[in-house]
Amino acid sequence: MSGDVLLAADGITKRFGGVHALSGVSFSIRRGEIYGLIGPNGAGKTSLFNVLTGIYEIDSGSFSFDGQPLEKLKPNQVAERGIARTFQNIRLFQNLSALENVMIGRHVRTRAGVLGAILRDRRTLAEEAAIERRAHELLEYVGVARRANSLAKHLAYGDQRRLEIARALATDPKLLALDEPAAGMNATETHDLRKLLDAIRKDGTTILLIEHDMKLVMSICDRVLVLDYGKKIAEGSASDVQANPSVIAAYLGGEVSLAPPAAASA
Amino acid sequence: MQPPSVARRNPVVTWLGFALIGAALLVLPFALSSIGTAWVRITNLAILFVLLSLGLNIVVGFAGLLDLGYIAFYAVGAYVYALLASPHFDLHLPFWVILPIGALVACLFGVLLGAPTLKLRGDYLAIVTLGFGEIIRVFLNNLSQPVNITNGPQGINLIDPFRIGSFNFARNETIAGLSFTGPVKYYYVLMLVLLAVIVINLRLQNSRIGRAWEAIREDEIAARAMGINTRNMKLLAFAMGASFGGVSGGMFSAIQGFISPESFVLVESVMVLSMVVLGGMGNIWGVILGAVLLSFVPEVLRYTVEPAQRAVFGRTLVEPEVIRMLLFGLALVLMMIFRPAGILPSALRKRELETAAPAAAAR
Repeated sequence: MSGDVLLAADGITKRFGGVHALSGVSFSIRRGEIYGLIGPNGAGKTSLFNVLTGIYEIDSGSFSFDGQPLEKLKPNQVAERGIARTFQNIRLFQNLSALENVMIGRHVRTRAGVLGAILRDRRTLAEEAAIERRAHELLEYVGVARRANSLAKHLAYGDQRRLEIARALATDPKLLALDEPAAGMNATETHDLRKLLDAIRKDGTTILLIEHDMKLVMSICDRVLVLDYGKKIAEGSASDVQANPSVIAAYLGGEVSLAPPAAASA
Repeated sequence: MQPPSVARRNPVVTWLGFALIGAALLVLPFALSSIGTAWVRITNLAILFVLLSLGLNIVVGFAGLLDLGYIAFYAVGAYVYALLASPHFDLHLPFWVILPIGALVACLFGVLLGAPTLKLRGDYLAIVTLGFGEIIRVFLNNLSQPVNITNGPQGINLIDPFRIGSFNFARNETIAGLSFTGPVKYYYVLMLVLLAVIVINLRLQNSRIGRAWEAIREDEIAARAMGINTRNMKLLAFAMGASFGGVSGGMFSAIQGFISPESFVLVESVMVLSMVVLGGMGNIWGVILGAVLLSFVPEVLRYTVEPAQRAVFGRTLVEPEVIRMLLFGLALVLMMIFRPAGILPSALRKRELETAAPAAAAR
């Protein structure tokens, strides 16, 4: 059973002053699945991403990734272990070309140092050629190959989102964590994204997906975790979660109680 | 959206261009000597500033770390050379031993500055580096007591010139009918070093390391999330930049024969930074252009402003020094307005220009 668990989170808690961004969230992601993470705005989804990828320090709880503890690692070490992410508000290297963006993703899987760079020995040249080849492949894979030499900031919005995925894939991740990849996309772009995510999964990369586009989430995710106010309120298959009354309450509002009038104004 | 077509140049033409520039640079010191040896000296100082700018460009241009105390590494290199090759300690090591030591010591200071400032960015980093530059200068000024290390404000005199066997770089010599003065000889040494530094810079920029620096400059959080060890990469940038400064400082020492803390004041740091910014941060050719312009234009003005005023008004109304600073300030303000990214900005990457047309056609 534990053999096919890629990421296990146990009692993840993160506070900002008095605000509990995450309180005791536990879940596990199986190898090869697309795991959805949903919840209303401010539910703690992105906080969970930041804790997972080492950008925030964890207050309590633990992560186990591929059988190894993950908490206390720096973001670059997390990437080295095999978790790559994208950002809710795209964070590409704006003034570098699309190709260079993806080539930077290869950094963590390559070795060349200062001496290699200066001397350009055969090994460095071979590595450099391999980096470029792989970067071209990945651009092709996500469908921005024709814009390879454009600066990232000159790319269309949808292309920027896909470029970010290519850059993340360049680190050879075991788990690809996507923070609202469909945000701001039109129906056609979302459709293409869906096909891309399917392909990524088929090629063996597990996906953790934050998304507000419910149609996308419900159609592509094997399982879904629902957060609200930093707490896990439901986990299960898409249809299970959709029918869950507390999920409906979180999204649409529960029964309104007018009993204590003082509390309503607060 | 339509850039000027940058056709792929014929490699023969390119090499011919390089050969012409090379030949021009080879005869340049003799042409300058005919105007006056002072101009060869000015050229040598300009090359030193180009070297400094290229070193600072690694820190500021590539890695995006604003360093206002860069001249400190120049000072460290200069003093290492002066202390190891002058009557002050009566040490006279050969230059090819001292220059690497100077680079290493400067590199060490680079890491020393880098380590505590890793978490700082932008303005805050600038303030700390500025302080660092001043600390070094104050130390140089005061390390004459209780043990006299730096000789304080008097500086160090009678520094050895470069010497290989009996070949002395400071002496005048006539070889094959050509008169090689000290400055002319140093010119060729400096050109060789410059060539090496340019090659190193170009190769670093187009490498895994260079890309990691650029990633940090563009977005540090994203860079870390992509697995780049930002701490090590920033330290590496500081160390590399500092060692270039150290080598330049060593050569400065040897060429001048005398150094004092006065040569390493804050204005010098600002000057080098201005060269990098004016030329175009991150673009090696832009930085070289910026350094050459800012080194030469003030000197040219020095020699033209006064005679011009005398010719027009019959006397000197405004001191040349004042005019120089005025024009310098005006030039920088105009730059900020019309070319904020520098004369040759790096963002307009050649590759994009080359492929923008087909990409636009494909849309």
